[in-house]
Amino acid sequence: MRPSLPWFSKTALAAAVTVLTAGSLAACGTSASGGAGGSSKGPISIGASLSLTGDFSADGQAFDKGYKLWAKDVNASGGIGGRQVKLTVLNDASNPNQAVTNYQTLMNSDHVDLTFGPFSSLITTPAASVAARGGYALIEGAGGAPTVFNSPPNQADHNIFDVSLPIADEMMPFVDYIKSLPPAKRPKTAAYPMAQDPFADPPVQAAQKALQALGVKTVYSKVFPEEVADYKAPADQVASQKPDLVVLGSTDVPTVGAFMQAFEQQHYTPKMFIPAAGPDQGQAFTSAVGAANANGVMVPNGWFPGYANPQSQQMVKQYVKTYGGNASGVNADVAEAYAVGQVAAQAVKATGGTDNAKIIKYLHSGASISSVQGPVKFDSLGENGAAAAFIFQWQNKGNYTQVLPAGASGSKSILATKPSWSS
Amino acid sequence: MASQIYQAVVDGILVGGVYALMAVGLTLIFGVLDIINIAQGVLVILGAYLSYSLSTRAHIDLFTGLLITIPVMFIIGVVIHWAFIRRLRGSERTSMTLLVTYAAALIIEGVLYMLYGADNVQLKASYTTSSVHLLGFYLPWIYVYGFILAVVLVLAVYLLLYRSRFGRTIRATMQDETAARLVGIDVNRVSALTFGIGVAVTAVGGMMYGATNAFNANSGYDLISRLLAIIILGGLGSIGGALAASVFMITLESVVTIWEPTWAIAVFYAALVLVLVIRPQGFFGRKEVRAQ
Repeated sequence: MRPSLPWFSKTALAAAVTVLTAGSLAACGTSASGGAGGSSKGPISIGASLSLTGDFSADGQAFDKGYKLWAKDVNASGGIGGRQVKLTVLNDASNPNQAVTNYQTLMNSDHVDLTFGPFSSLITTPAASVAARGGYALIEGAGGAPTVFNSPPNQADHNIFDVSLPIADEMMPFVDYIKSLPPAKRPKTAAYPMAQDPFADPPVQAAQKALQALGVKTVYSKVFPEEVADYKAPADQVASQKPDLVVLGSTDVPTVGAFMQAFEQQHYTPKMFIPAAGPDQGQAFTSAVGAANANGVMVPNGWFPGYANPQSQQMVKQYVKTYGGNASGVNADVAEAYAVGQVAAQAVKATGGTDNAKIIKYLHSGASISSVQGPVKFDSLGENGAAAAFIFQWQNKGNYTQVLPAGASGSKSILATKPSWSS
Repeated sequence: MASQIYQAVVDGILVGGVYALMAVGLTLIFGVLDIINIAQGVLVILGAYLSYSLSTRAHIDLFTGLLITIPVMFIIGVVIHWAFIRRLRGSERTSMTLLVTYAAALIIEGVLYMLYGADNVQLKASYTTSSVHLLGFYLPWIYVYGFILAVVLVLAVYLLLYRSRFGRTIRATMQDETAARLVGIDVNRVSALTFGIGVAVTAVGGMMYGATNAFNANSGYDLISRLLAIIILGGLGSIGGALAASVFMITLESVVTIWEPTWAIAVFYAALVLVLVIRPQGFFGRKEVRAQ
């Protein structure tokens, strides 16, 4: 017998597509043709692929908000050189292959004028390769791993431009802080559990090397697969060693939350706890782990909502007005995305159009560009050499505070020892 | 080293209980209906979100909330069966259900994204972070409760299947649908109720998953391949097999993590292949289960 579908299964499938489309695709539409050479009339069409669903959806949707907020602000102020911005965001479902397809669609079918980057180093590398083949610059804010800049396509085409802090050395202000402490006050032992990810490992490995040189004994250093849904086993092993310091190679909130929960269950509080990512996600972090538990948790980054930069303050104000919530709840991903738009806008203005060859040349010229994350100046591989590295810490049950470098403008006193859980 | 291995075994047993709670519904649905429910992972997350809503909005305790989420999930299961599954017939039915349940998963995931957003949340209660000190180790209460719940649930489903009149109709349908119809069993009703029960028990797995992991609408996809591996190893359709396989697989993975965490996944699936080579029907194969 021929299998039959329920009478409204087509409707159901259509509903699925509608729901997913409504939930995940933003402002889709075709744009004026232009391609890598760029057009000089009509709106400037910009395409990006983002992880609106899938493993990176929390970050991807925050990035989506950042891109949209920038587009809204720039259009409200008259556009770029009098031309409005038209943004097309396609969902890659956190899948690098889908991201490649999306950029091919954006370039070859939609003929967008400019391409903005996806979320995560894992997806940026293949996306940049596709963009390079089309002659496009890929301006991005979340592909800071060394593997992105050192990839053969970028070595050949030099088309990646990361507006954010390169991640390899982002833990260095923390290492410098440990170095500044009298030997008796330094942590004696440290653990370095790392998720298997090109973003998570390099800064932790660099910190481990530097801290070992300072005499901090390594009691645990292992890479665990990100695909494992439950991190209790590695977290319990770290807890059983009772290290003074835990430097966690994490990419997201669930990983950090799982380690924190396991530590609390094992009645173990590290004196210092600094994940590579996760605690920088504002309210998304505190709502998952609890504001009290977040006390004393540190994270490296190049931006925070309280950043004393007029552009940043204006963006935070606009964000709260548009999306609600409060300033401390703004995800760092939003600023990274917004900065991508700002850098692109300044490149278009400087080159007088959307010719990607000219834009690539301009961005490699050593020009200093301002953004909500501070100054941007690209080296030959597209790393932002002007970005400053900071360490932030959650303090007083929900305040995200810049604490390192100690003497830097805006830095406040560090909570030297993490309070016990839920206190 | 001995204490690390002991800790890993304890972790494996306790976390295995959580996985059993998530896998029982999947194996029950397969055992009775020959349906591989790809939506199981998303249904786990739906159960977690229901508990989350009751906990944060109505301040209902996670375990007490199960009294509400289990019936709600039962109704959702019956509706999914009525909407997507009941009309599927013929030799390609099982493969068609893969597509249909995947479609159901996409719809549920999309709705969850719209309702709750993409930010991760986690279920909170005093017992989600507290633990009891026993034989030199801290045993988290949430996992202890979860394991007890898994044993109770497996026993309850077993009694339902093998010691009740309704269970006999289910098993009759499992063995021969046509013969069951001939003796007056309403097969469609039995199928719908069984699917509903399978989804209802997932409410418990969802609550446990949400209390031990931060999650968002997408988190279910990380679970489905592991849950499928567990029910295959336990024996498709075997309720007790799901518990045994969960504990075996997660304990093995946990022990391997001591030496090399990156091998854990490979060992997890290698163990599945090895066991199936020796015993193709899994720990408690289908024929044995249906003959009980």
